[in-house]
Amino acid sequence: MKEFTFERSSRATDAAGAVAARPGVMLLAGGTTLVDLMKIDVLTPDTLVDVRPLGLSSIDVSDDAIAVGATVTNSQLAWHPVVRDRFPVLSEAILSGATTQIRNMATVAGNILQRTRCPYFRDVHASCNRRQPGSGCDALEGFNRGHAVLGVSDHCIATHPSDMCVAMIVLDANVHTVRPNGATRSIPFGKFHRTPGNTPHVEVTLEHGELITHIAIPNLPTRRSHYLKVRDRASYEFALASAAVVLDLDGDTIRAARLGLGGIATKPWRAIEAERSLAGRKASDDAFRDAAEIALAGAVAREHNGFKIELAKRTIVRAFANAREAKV
Amino acid sequence: MKTNIRVNNTIHQLSVDPRVTLLDALRDVLGLTGTKKGCDQGACGACTVIIDGQRILSCLTLVAACEGQHVVTIEGLAKGDELHPMQAAFLHWDGFQCGYCTPGQILSAVCAVQEVHAGVPSHVTRDVRQTVNSETLSDEEIRERMSGNLCRCAAYPNIVAAVRQVLSSGDSSTVARSAKVEVRS
Repeated sequence: MKEFTFERSSRATDAAGAVAARPGVMLLAGGTTLVDLMKIDVLTPDTLVDVRPLGLSSIDVSDDAIAVGATVTNSQLAWHPVVRDRFPVLSEAILSGATTQIRNMATVAGNILQRTRCPYFRDVHASCNRRQPGSGCDALEGFNRGHAVLGVSDHCIATHPSDMCVAMIVLDANVHTVRPNGATRSIPFGKFHRTPGNTPHVEVTLEHGELITHIAIPNLPTRRSHYLKVRDRASYEFALASAAVVLDLDGDTIRAARLGLGGIATKPWRAIEAERSLAGRKASDDAFRDAAEIALAGAVAREHNGFKIELAKRTIVRAFANAREAKV
Repeated sequence: MKTNIRVNNTIHQLSVDPRVTLLDALRDVLGLTGTKKGCDQGACGACTVIIDGQRILSCLTLVAACEGQHVVTIEGLAKGDELHPMQAAFLHWDGFQCGYCTPGQILSAVCAVQEVHAGVPSHVTRDVRQTVNSETLSDEEIRERMSGNLCRCAAYPNIVAAVRQVLSSGDSSTVARSAKVEVRS
């Protein structure tokens, strides 16, 4: 690990200011991504600012929404009784990721800002446009079984690894931030992450020195929501394909549906066209399959990850079917 | 830099390089070698300790970020010669072979039991709205809740049996005796 200085901050604007002052300053929260990547020299900050003393660790519940502090842990959020009751898709998504030890450390903002698990990103001897712009992408012609089929470019096919973010995107969450001068803004979750295009190293719409304070999640119109994750192991593994669904039913007719996809895309993916195709249809497996075809219509496979396209379609159908059958 | 931490009820003022992890501070600075270094990259769970009542990975925790926190390690579980019930259960059920992952397994299990008593769901809980019950908890639940601790000797069936025994004893105060476990939700 490269040397760095360690600072603690107790005010959000001070922490944001410390980062804005120099390019080599990074914020530390749970450390499950950052410390890991510093150990293998993928990230080499010269200063870390610990944001956990900022007091951004509460979940505020109101009648029509919840506000989740940036340093609320993944466990806190998944286990919160109101989250489990109003947003089961969010609890399910979080609990499907990592392990209890890691979820006890990892924060909500850290989960949103976590880096890809692409093995070429994690290997400083490999070419990776995300880690070192312009160096190329060894995944394109390498071992790409775990890589993305949606939102890819000729510069990067790395998968966004988060489960939680796939739920957040169908919940229409908003990411609230503050800058060193105290200016705040709210970024819709769907606009927060970027597809790689020809600048894969620019992963999110945050500016350097802009700090996440909390995530606002408005109530759903229905209690019927669900997260389904398919992976190589039963536990403690990233998704090969996952689907977050919200299903608003009027009898057996779909009033409205929402669909998020994970494990197959370069960012937390929202399948808007597929959602629209479901409105007004009977909640049948055929309708879900049609939506799945639409969701994956733009998929581009490489040598080893073509199986993910059919896997994702079946995951979508199963996720919607599970939501349809759920007792709510 | 200077960091004050409480380890097994003893306060230490450490003066360490910011790069030092909690794992290395426990082992190399404080001489508490019960906490094991397995993968050192957050994958195996051998380095599990309890901070402020919650199980975490000490290999991905910078000791500088532990200011004012209370750490419980495997050395802090027994009361003199009297083993913690989870330690006794691991011995009774032979929940290990080489023993390298065992300190992490035991600390993780202590917290897992407490989480079950708090009623919180896991990935395999049928409905996250349910409050889980220690009486009816399946082995699948125990395995999922312990999935952050790998055992290369594959003593898993006996580890599940040990956790089951402590869960069934129903005495959560005994379980949490030395390591006050909190479930924040």
